[in-house]
Amino acid sequence: MAESIPVEHADGHADHGGHHEMSFSEKYIFPLDHKMIAMQYMFTGMFMAVIGGFFAYAFRMQLAFPGINVPGWGVVTPADYNALVTSHGSIMIFWVAMPVLIAAFGNYLIPLMIGADDMVFPRVNRLSYQIFLLSAIIILASFFVEGGAFGGAWTAYPPLSTKAEYSLTGIGSTMWILAVALEFVAFLLGGINFITTAMNSRAPGMKMWDIPMVVWMIVIASILFMLSVGPLLAGGIMMMFDQQLGTAFFDPDRGGDPILWQHLFWFFGHPEVYVVLLPAVGIVADVMTVFSRKKLFGYKTVLYTAIGTGVLSFTVWAHHQFVAGIDPRMANVFTVTTLLISVPIAEMMFVYIATLYGGSITFKTPMLWALAFIFEFLIGGITGIFLGASGNDIYMHDTYFVLAHFHYTFYPIAIIGTFAGFTHWFPKMFGKMMNDNLGKLHFWLTIIPFNLIFLPLFVLGAAGQHRRIYDYQNFPELSLPWMQDLRQLATISLCVMLGAQLIFFYNVIKSWMSGPAAGKNPWRASTLEWTAASPPPHGNWPEGLPTCYRGPYEYSHPDHEEDYWPQNEPA
Amino acid sequence: MILNSVLPEASTYAADIDRLFDVITLLVGVPFLIASFLFFSFIFRFKKREGTPAKYITGTEHQYMKWIHRAHVPILLFDVIIVVMAVNVWYDVKQDLPEANSTVRVIAQQWAWTFVHPGPDNVLDTADDIVTINELHVAKDTLYHYKLEALDVLHDFSVPAFRLKQDAIPGRVITGWFEPTLAGEFGIQCAEICGIGHGLMPARLIVEDRAQHAAWIAENSPLSVAAGVEDESASERTRLAAR
Repeated sequence: MAESIPVEHADGHADHGGHHEMSFSEKYIFPLDHKMIAMQYMFTGMFMAVIGGFFAYAFRMQLAFPGINVPGWGVVTPADYNALVTSHGSIMIFWVAMPVLIAAFGNYLIPLMIGADDMVFPRVNRLSYQIFLLSAIIILASFFVEGGAFGGAWTAYPPLSTKAEYSLTGIGSTMWILAVALEFVAFLLGGINFITTAMNSRAPGMKMWDIPMVVWMIVIASILFMLSVGPLLAGGIMMMFDQQLGTAFFDPDRGGDPILWQHLFWFFGHPEVYVVLLPAVGIVADVMTVFSRKKLFGYKTVLYTAIGTGVLSFTVWAHHQFVAGIDPRMANVFTVTTLLISVPIAEMMFVYIATLYGGSITFKTPMLWALAFIFEFLIGGITGIFLGASGNDIYMHDTYFVLAHFHYTFYPIAIIGTFAGFTHWFPKMFGKMMNDNLGKLHFWLTIIPFNLIFLPLFVLGAAGQHRRIYDYQNFPELSLPWMQDLRQLATISLCVMLGAQLIFFYNVIKSWMSGPAAGKNPWRASTLEWTAASPPPHGNWPEGLPTCYRGPYEYSHPDHEEDYWPQNEPA
Repeated sequence: MILNSVLPEASTYAADIDRLFDVITLLVGVPFLIASFLFFSFIFRFKKREGTPAKYITGTEHQYMKWIHRAHVPILLFDVIIVVMAVNVWYDVKQDLPEANSTVRVIAQQWAWTFVHPGPDNVLDTADDIVTINELHVAKDTLYHYKLEALDVLHDFSVPAFRLKQDAIPGRVITGWFEPTLAGEFGIQCAEICGIGHGLMPARLIVEDRAQHAAWIAENSPLSVAAGVEDESASERTRLAAR
């Protein structure tokens, strides 16, 4: 296992030494280098995040100030509103969380952290990004077709999603499901690559328990994704057939069943939460150990809880469907499995908190993000218990309480986890240090408004406010002055938070252009990527691939003089 | 305690659901506060100090690991309490179907609610049924069955004051129950996105005491009102029957 197996490298990728000068398009447009593909995913994901954030701004403005002419969008009509919330959800999960957390960090970190010169299948990797880019173009283009973008929510329940006479977005619906299906194909290709590379291309001496946690997590996430996505891909094709070829898989008038889609969707949809969660907790493990100079508390415990959570996540999907018209007896089973997930997740959180114990903590920007992840995700986790309890979900289902709950899970995952990883590996990616003061300013101006957006929404949800309604003025119980105040607080906080991202982009560009040089290992970290040059050249270690001698988190080891012990340093 | 401070409890099971919410709040709130306290105290206590190196702890030592394992006991115990309570409430509201005093039909479509009330004979699908749009009339302290239908896409019959929610599915009739305990006027929302008019499906629920409700029934039954109105509701029934 320790030997690297030259699979596709032999013919397709032999010029690692940089003997021949690559053209601009070879290097940046159609690259085979895992780092450049990672950057393509990263910046496409960030671009989509800006779009998804803008959509949130547009519909939150409508909710806070109904009927207003939203600057940058115009009046938000009911059709606009549905298209905006649908696209916001779809984009943030499929075109932001997935590409950034799995594809960008997976592509960038896996070869570097396991001491390989590249992915095992670089051309599959390139194809994966190209399909992903195509899917992103399709979802954005759907706003400009006749009828506009699909507006049936990111869950796309039929018959609304399958019949144009009900959704009024015949072309938009098909483009939505086509884009989602293509995105799945892209991540299947990427996942094959991640798993194969991590299992076969590790540096000599790197045993299974010497693999950094973030690599493990991306591998487990890829396995979960591969196991869960099949049913939904099949469902997606059935949906497309229903829409365009007149089949009736989900049409109750002709013998189909709309609930079937819900099962296919959530059988994928719930593991999907853990598909994006695991890479984020992996990033947090790596960042926390570096900035507390501590060995990860219970390496195998973290791994086993991740696997346990992943396995359990396949047994809980119908908790999204308690009141959907399934056999009510089924709810009892799914309540038990859902609450059981609290055991491994709580263990994982405890282990992370225990890692801080006895540490020597410095509050650099990446560490602030990692710590914020733990605290905010804790809130997301405990509020899930309210919804997993079937009796309580009768009331809470499809309210803003649900919305606030999953934003407290997805936001720490997709935004906080990404910022932790991005600021941590920025010196490696670009060879420059980011400005720490600007980073901290950006951190606080993101994290405080984030809480001020979603804490009020818990209250509104508890008061019975349902989701996906474009104007609450039509509901006397929901248009009380204090409720409108909370909606405005959430919207204004969102505007502050979105504005604060300008600090981030300024910091990235400024640091990239003129930041102080980072050197190979600015954080004094012990994993292998920090032994390569910053940024690593094509082939990562032109001088020869590293050999691994120990685990990834040997910080403050009593037998070693320095407070970190690089994995490649002979004993 | 928590929920009824923002929304009245207007059905027999509303208080059960609210109690479940309170118990969950307590059982997850206490571990959350403990975990947060440990988290913040570790952050500040183990801030970097010159000359104090970090400890080397692998996380396999019994002396440390036992604290993690012990924490599972209360968590599992709390899980069991929550499951038992949740399943109990669920059984009462959704699995069990007590004998009804009366039955109403609730029909959802893009984008309106049609409510069919039994007339003075208290039997549905007879000539004296009262059909209303976006307004449901029920009597206090009377156990109702609802028969929920959808004509086009998924909808969801949600009555927050009752703590009641049920998806409506085209091609199916879903039966459930409620018993109002509080007279007054409450909101009904559609809780499943159903197209561009999803935000325009508010309906009103009017709960009156039995005598007032009986008077409303007598006054509005098509057999006792002018012929013009009768034709209208009769044609509505014909339309529904033709489906």
